[in-house]
This record gives sequence, structure tokens and C-alpha cells, in this order.
Amino acid sequence: MHSKTLGWALLAPTLILLFFFGVVPFIYVLFVSFHQWNPFAVNPDMIFNWAENYRRVVFDAQFLASFGVTIAFVFFAVVSELIIGYALAQAFMRDFPGKAFFRTIHTLPLIMAPIIVGSIWKLMTTPSIGILPNILDDWLGYNLNIGQSALQAFTVTVIMDIWHWTPLVTLSLIAALVSLPPDPFEQAQIDGANKRQIFWHITLPMIRPAIIATVFIRLMDALRTVDEVLMLTGGGPGSATRYLGVHIFKEVFPRTNYGYGSAISVVVLYLTIVACWLLYVSLIAPRNTRKG
Amino acid sequence: MRKGNRWLPVLFWTLISFLTLFPIYWLFVISVKPAVELFSTPSVILSDVYWQNYLDVLGDRTLRGYMINSLVISTGNAVLCTLLGFMACYALSRFDLPGKESIFFWTITNRMAPPAVFLLPLFLLLTQVYRIGDFSLADTRTGMILVYCTFNLPFAIWTLRPTLDGIPKELDEAAYVDGASAWKVISEVVFPLARPGLAVTLILTWVFAWNEYLLAATLTNFNARTLTTGLSEYVTTTGTEWGIMAAISVFTLIPALIIFSLVQRHIVTGLTFGAVKG
Repeated sequence: MHSKTLGWALLAPTLILLFFFGVVPFIYVLFVSFHQWNPFAVNPDMIFNWAENYRRVVFDAQFLASFGVTIAFVFFAVVSELIIGYALAQAFMRDFPGKAFFRTIHTLPLIMAPIIVGSIWKLMTTPSIGILPNILDDWLGYNLNIGQSALQAFTVTVIMDIWHWTPLVTLSLIAALVSLPPDPFEQAQIDGANKRQIFWHITLPMIRPAIIATVFIRLMDALRTVDEVLMLTGGGPGSATRYLGVHIFKEVFPRTNYGYGSAISVVVLYLTIVACWLLYVSLIAPRNTRKG
Repeated sequence: MRKGNRWLPVLFWTLISFLTLFPIYWLFVISVKPAVELFSTPSVILSDVYWQNYLDVLGDRTLRGYMINSLVISTGNAVLCTLLGFMACYALSRFDLPGKESIFFWTITNRMAPPAVFLLPLFLLLTQVYRIGDFSLADTRTGMILVYCTFNLPFAIWTLRPTLDGIPKELDEAAYVDGASAWKVISEVVFPLARPGLAVTLILTWVFAWNEYLLAATLTNFNARTLTTGLSEYVTTTGTEWGIMAAISVFTLIPALIIFSLVQRHIVTGLTFGAVKG
């Protein structure tokens, strides 16, 4: 009865759906990426221009700058989320009054729409109506204006991302910590290991798969962030927060450079897939197959 | 684990909760202020409450329509993704299909696509290609339910895989030996055991679909427009109506909040993203 036909039949709807709403649009993007095309320009025709768009991607200072700030953004955001998320997950491993209540509160940002998160942070940081510039000015004499300072704008987007996504890291690390067997910890305590040794030699190796899997999901989603940042800073000031998702959006929408925008997307998608594939093949997949 | 002071963590979490809640509190503060007061120096403490923004939102028939669209689309999408994800994961977990690990990885690459550039092809496909006679997917709830599968179905597959791998194969093999049909095994043995994982997948895909903005803003006009896109209509017209926007935001939060708090404690068990437990 374990026929392969049944297996394929169960997979078929997924494959068909992803083909029509994932692969077909991608083929179209790939096709457009080899053309010069601006449908709203004087000449709206698609002109085949070989790999000119791809050549441009490599030499485009704006793309490279955008690539740089994206890497910095993803690095700072994901590393902070991991550290804070782990600390909070450990803090949730104890029993204390109101634990479930606090966990619900901690999870709240996770259920909020990125566009709303962007709006909230814009409301808080806009100089005329925002609370943060006012408080910082009154209490510390610090001038916060994310419309002018590149560093401040960058920092605020990172903080916003941390606020929004740390709960996801916390939850998945709680899931990992809860499932750990108690024996190795008891044994280590008997052997007189201190907290630091237990963390580095027992806890960390055991929850490694969960950490990697969480980084995988966060990395993937952070690389394609658009709505939040577009709403908060619009990619500015200058190109300080023009992350790849925002860069592509601006190339495709206000400038309607479809051909070039498509080429950037193909490159970005390719780099993301390669990065995630390496992470997956080297670190996650071996665990899965060993178990199955 | 360690036994320390029980109230120290409470104090710690109260502080953390202030940090978490402040932006949400500030959203609420903005939503209960008349437009003129927004531009005076902000104060952390709310002095008087002005409900007009909420009444405006509630009284707006268009926005009520958007809310129903949002509910139908996200529920439809979550159910579809969870169901298809369950079927796919059962196939990946129980059958020795050639190239199944590649298929598994390939599904997630659909979620990696930078969204902005896929808007145009999806728009063209929905308006011009995917139509049968008079039936077109453009600006329909069905169309949006299917489009959201591009990023939600891979997520469902990746969150469900560990659940299904975690259900011992011996259980369904025993049922087969007893003469049960494949349908009976799936519906009466595997499905009930996978329920916690399915619940988590259902909730998270629901939240993602409910919160989606970029695709909905581009692919819908009126018939299938969702609540998050309703927000953007208050950004462009005559300056930004922050008060109304904040009030709509609060409304989008409520259903997600109710559903999430109901299943909060189950979430933890299902969120392992393909990582094998302990």
C-alpha cells in the first residue's frame, strides 16, 4: 500500500500551486531581466539587451551600497535577536507568578503587521509628533532625527526589527530548551562544572540545531524586509536604510525600471538561495536525515 | 531549574513588558487624539480620550468590507496551506520519493523571493492569464487565497515537517497491517497525532496572511481589498490622517490578539522550524 503514486498524489497540489504562483512568476521575472523595459516611459517596448542589466548590477554603486547596508542590518538585527531571544528564553525556564501572562505580552509584537510596526515606529520617532525625540531631548539633551542622521536611522530600523522579531526567536528557543533531557545537566553538576562550562559544553551544542534553524528563518525574512523600513524611513536619509528589498521596490515603483529591477531581484534571490542552501546542507539537513 | 527569589523574575519581566508594550500603547494614544492635538508636544500620559477616530472607522462601510475580506482571505489561506502542507509533509515523511529532500528545500525558496518585483508578474498572471471564460482571479478573494500560498505554503511545510517526522512510522504501519486504507490511516492515526503542530501552523499562516500588505495593495482594487491596505488609503489623500490610521491598526490587532492568546501555550511545542528536538 506504500505506493509511490500515493506519495506523489499527496505532493501534487503543493507542487502545482507553487508552480503557478512561484515558478511561473519567477520565469517571467527572469525573462524581463534580460530586457530594457520601462512600461511608463516614452518608449514602453521591451528591448532585449542581453546581460546588460546584470553587468549593471555588478557595477552599480547604489546596489553595492544597498547590499552593504543590508548585510550590516541583517547581521546586527539577527545577532541581537539571537542573544536577547536566548536570554529571554532562559528567563522563561524558571517558574514564577504570571509566567503565561508575561509570555503572551512578550509575543505581542510578533502578531503585528509589518506595515503597522513601521507606522508605529514612525509615529514614535517623527520629530514633530513623536515621543522619543521629545523624551531624549528633555532628559538627555540628545537630538534624535532619523530624517537626517544616517546612523540614527539605521539604528532605529535595527531596534524596530529586534522589537518585532525577537519573540519568534524566544519562542523557538523555549521549544528547544523545554525538550532537552535533564540527565547531562545533572551529571555535569555532579562533576562540578560551573554555569559557563555547562552553557558552552552542554546547552549550546544540544540546542544548536534549533539555533541554526531559527537563524535560517530570520535571515531569510530579514533579507526581504520591505514594508516596515519603507514605512519608517523610506530608505533614507540618503541610502542609509535602503535595504535590498527597499532598493528593488524603489527601482520597480517610483522609477519603473522593470528590466533592471528584475535583474537585481534575480541576483538577490540567487544569493539568498545559495546562502540558505549552504546553511541548510551543512547544518540542518544532516540532522533530519539521521533521524529519518 | 534554579530556585531563586520568585519575585525577581516578575520584576524583570515587568520591565521587559514595558519595553514591549510601549509602542503598542503609543499607537493607542495616537488613535484617541484629535488631529489638531497630534502636533502639540507629546506627553506619555494620556490626558483625555477622544473616541471619534474609532467611530469613524466603525461607521465606514468600506472598511467593514475590507475587514470581512481580510477574515475570509486569511482563514481560507491558512486552512488551505495547513491542509496542503500536511499532505505534502506526510508524503515527504513516509514515502521514499526520489529527490524529496530537494523538493523540500525548493519549496522554501519560494518564500525567499524579494516581494516587490513579483508584484507585476502576479498582477499580469491574475488579470490576463489565469482565467477561464468569464472567471478571472483578479481582485477576488480566491485569487488572494492562492497568491498567499507562495510564501505561506512553504512556511507551513517547514513547520509541519518535524511534527510528522516525530510521529512514529510503526503506528501507521501497524494500521496498514490491520487492513486499514490509506485514507483511514491518515485521517484516524496520523492526523489526530499531528494536531498540536497543525494548530500552530494554522495560527501562524493565518497571522501572516492577515498582516500581508504589499501583495494585497497591488493585486486588489475593491472586491478583495484587505484591512492592512485600507491603512494606506489614509496616507496619501490629504496628508496623513494618523489618528484614523492608528485606529484601523488597533482594529487589525484585535482578531490576531484574540486568536493568539487562545493558543499561546501550544505555540511553543510546534515551533521548531525543521530542527530536531533534543
